Amino acid sequence: MMDVAVNKEMKGRNKIHPQKFALYAALASIMMMFAAFTSALVVRRAAGNWLEFRLPDIFFYSTAVILLSSVTMQASYYYFKKGNAALYRTLLVITTVLGISFIYLQYQGWTAMYDIGLPLSGGPVSGSFIYLISGAHAAHVLGGIAVLVVALLHAYILPYKATPRRKLRFEMSLIYWHFVDFLWVYLLTFFVLQS
Amino acid sequence: MESTDKTIIAPAYEEDVLIEELGYDDHFHDHHHGDKYQSNFVTTYIFSQDHKMIAKQFLITGMFWALIGGLMSLVFRLQLGFPEESMAWLKPVLGKWISISEAGVGTLAPEFYYALVTMHGTIIVFFVLTAGLSGTFSNLLIPLQVGARDMASPFLNMLSYWFFFLAGVIMFLSLFLSTGPFSGGWTAYPPLSALPQASSGSGAGMTLWTISLVFFVVSVLLGGVNYITTVLNLRTKGMTMWRLPLTIWAFFVTAILGLLSFPVLFSGFLLLIFDRELGTSFYLNEIFVGGQALEYAGGSPVLYQHLFWFLGHPEVYIIILPAMGIVSEVLSVHARKPIFGYKAMVYSILAIGFLSFIVWAHHMFMSGVNPFISNFFVIFTLIIAVPSAVKVFNWISTLYGGNIRFNAASLFGIGFVSMFISGGLTGIFLGNSAIDIVMHDTYFVVAHFHIVMGVAAMFGMFAGIYHWYPKMFGRFMNDTLGRIHFWGTIIGAYAIFWPMHYLGMAGVPRRYYSFDSFETFRHFGTMNQFITIAAIIVFALQVLFVINFFYSIWYGKKQKTRNPWGATTLEWTTPIRPGHGNWEGKIPTVQRWAYDYGKDGKEFIPQILPPQEGESEEVH
Repeated sequence: MMDVAVNKEMKGRNKIHPQKFALYAALASIMMMFAAFTSALVVRRAAGNWLEFRLPDIFFYSTAVILLSSVTMQASYYYFKKGNAALYRTLLVITTVLGISFIYLQYQGWTAMYDIGLPLSGGPVSGSFIYLISGAHAAHVLGGIAVLVVALLHAYILPYKATPRRKLRFEMSLIYWHFVDFLWVYLLTFFVLQS
Repeated sequence: MESTDKTIIAPAYEEDVLIEELGYDDHFHDHHHGDKYQSNFVTTYIFSQDHKMIAKQFLITGMFWALIGGLMSLVFRLQLGFPEESMAWLKPVLGKWISISEAGVGTLAPEFYYALVTMHGTIIVFFVLTAGLSGTFSNLLIPLQVGARDMASPFLNMLSYWFFFLAGVIMFLSLFLSTGPFSGGWTAYPPLSALPQASSGSGAGMTLWTISLVFFVVSVLLGGVNYITTVLNLRTKGMTMWRLPLTIWAFFVTAILGLLSFPVLFSGFLLLIFDRELGTSFYLNEIFVGGQALEYAGGSPVLYQHLFWFLGHPEVYIIILPAMGIVSEVLSVHARKPIFGYKAMVYSILAIGFLSFIVWAHHMFMSGVNPFISNFFVIFTLIIAVPSAVKVFNWISTLYGGNIRFNAASLFGIGFVSMFISGGLTGIFLGNSAIDIVMHDTYFVVAHFHIVMGVAAMFGMFAGIYHWYPKMFGRFMNDTLGRIHFWGTIIGAYAIFWPMHYLGMAGVPRRYYSFDSFETFRHFGTMNQFITIAAIIVFALQVLFVINFFYSIWYGKKQKTRNPWGATTLEWTTPIRPGHGNWEGKIPTVQRWAYDYGKDGKEFIPQILPPQEGESEEVH
């Protein structure tokens, strides 16, 4: 009975861990930054003198890669909770490799843009926007890779144990990784719809 | 009128007994290891993670910047008031920015005049009224008033201060560049901000300005994430949202505004940095500098204005909302009455917060924005008058029939209401695009925003400092000096800014270095002298305040009782000098809303006191 009473008291308070909530607030803030970038593109485009071009295909391959990395990350979390340490570790490694491949593919995309005559500066401003926005996104993915490296260190150095503290850390890494994935899908959809 | 020394007739209660009986035990005190916040000198005074110490750091850094920003305004006011007088005596301080003619007459360099105006704006808006006001009081009051040991993340909170400090150091360094600090106005419109060769301050000065403000944005975001999370997640038992003091509501909405608008400014800056450093043309179109055509093409400077003002307009509410929250609390405590229309106050804060995001283009009526789109922004701008008027009505109703204690804190609270009305009314003029087309960029605008945003927010800050000084330092500031400070400042501030309305209506443009070549404005010379003299007197009074502040830290009247103002809120239930963690044993729980003043014949009932037998219903 005592337990029930305590739970009832605690209900409505700390439904979500404060750190996780703080992460969501920070993500809202990052989202606003990209909303500003894309709105700037819309406003600038409406002003005319705007060159339309087809986005290099490589950006679609990178999209597939980062989508896949989200799936492997989620699977890793699943096995972390299930207690399958081997799969949890392996999938985390795969996620990190996919994340790094995404950055590499984005870089290939930028060189492809340069090759078709769309340099960062001195060319049409519609190209500059792609560099700016995808570059800012890549910076956030790099942050995500740093998070993954820390998660890897935890996975391989610490003995496997699904404590609440480690579960929270993993969940926060997971949320952030899904976020940069979702963000890229949004940006790509936006680019495609705009051209 | 009641004097402050009158003994308070309070219900008999003992904070410690109540907290021990009803408090919530979070096992703060471990008998083997002491409390969880152990500290040494460095972690107490420098890299402190205690929200109360961080609040003091924000406050004192903010005061430093207020003095610098104020001094700058005096120098350019001297130029405006006494353009013929020699400024040679400033040579030892300003060095090469004062040129001395053969006759020994010193003149202020025009480019440095613009740098002073720019730095004055940047410093006061960002460093004083954003970090100094919201940084100080959100940090001090959020954990204390919601009943938390500290912020959700004390570490990020510490980082928030140190990013602000770093931003300040960089901005300070830019003052000593040989080419001078940035001089293109605090809004940093391109092309002056985007082309390093555009003016002397556009080179290194602008680079440092941008770096400084990027650090500042980081500071605001770290702080904001913490404030929001703490308010939503760390409220003590019984502290529902409808029991929060209005201060917390105001800080909460302020933090949301900051979290959603500062990233947009950051985006705008990133585009600017790309234009400056990487040669892109986001903001720059075909431009000739010194007869040379530059390689930019296809950019739009208006794009920067959109991004800037999408932050810029919420920013003015980021400045004024904390002051509104502080004033609501201070007026209610010192009028010994519950705040009038508590829920209306909360809804109007929310309404102002929402509307602030959809009015930014009223800063851009003259930038070639389609007049039909302007109409949309005019309507929403004018609608802001409604929640603002609700708030003013409620403050006056709170005072009406109150048993008001006239001390420095409540006087500044009342002064805030006066300033907010005066400045708010001129906002209705300027919010109409048809009138703004005539008034824009004149001293009318300067008068409007200085009164409603600058002076009003400062008054809110002063009210808060005088009121919560005992909480910060365990002593009181000298109230007589405080009242001199108040009367001098309110009369002086009106003396400075009231005449500016007339200047503006006569068409005198702002930001001009000199009006020598305008026969029309010649007869305003004496008015400008009057304004300058008033500004010097007001500044001297602020120095008096600073002396009072620092003297009282060590020699002020000691706080003897826990709850010297007879307030209901939780911050006054801690020990007189609370340690890190705020309450020594259990965390107090909350039994009632924050404004039980004069209820059932009792002067006040603290939030920790449970409902008494025969007590009337909680109505608000």
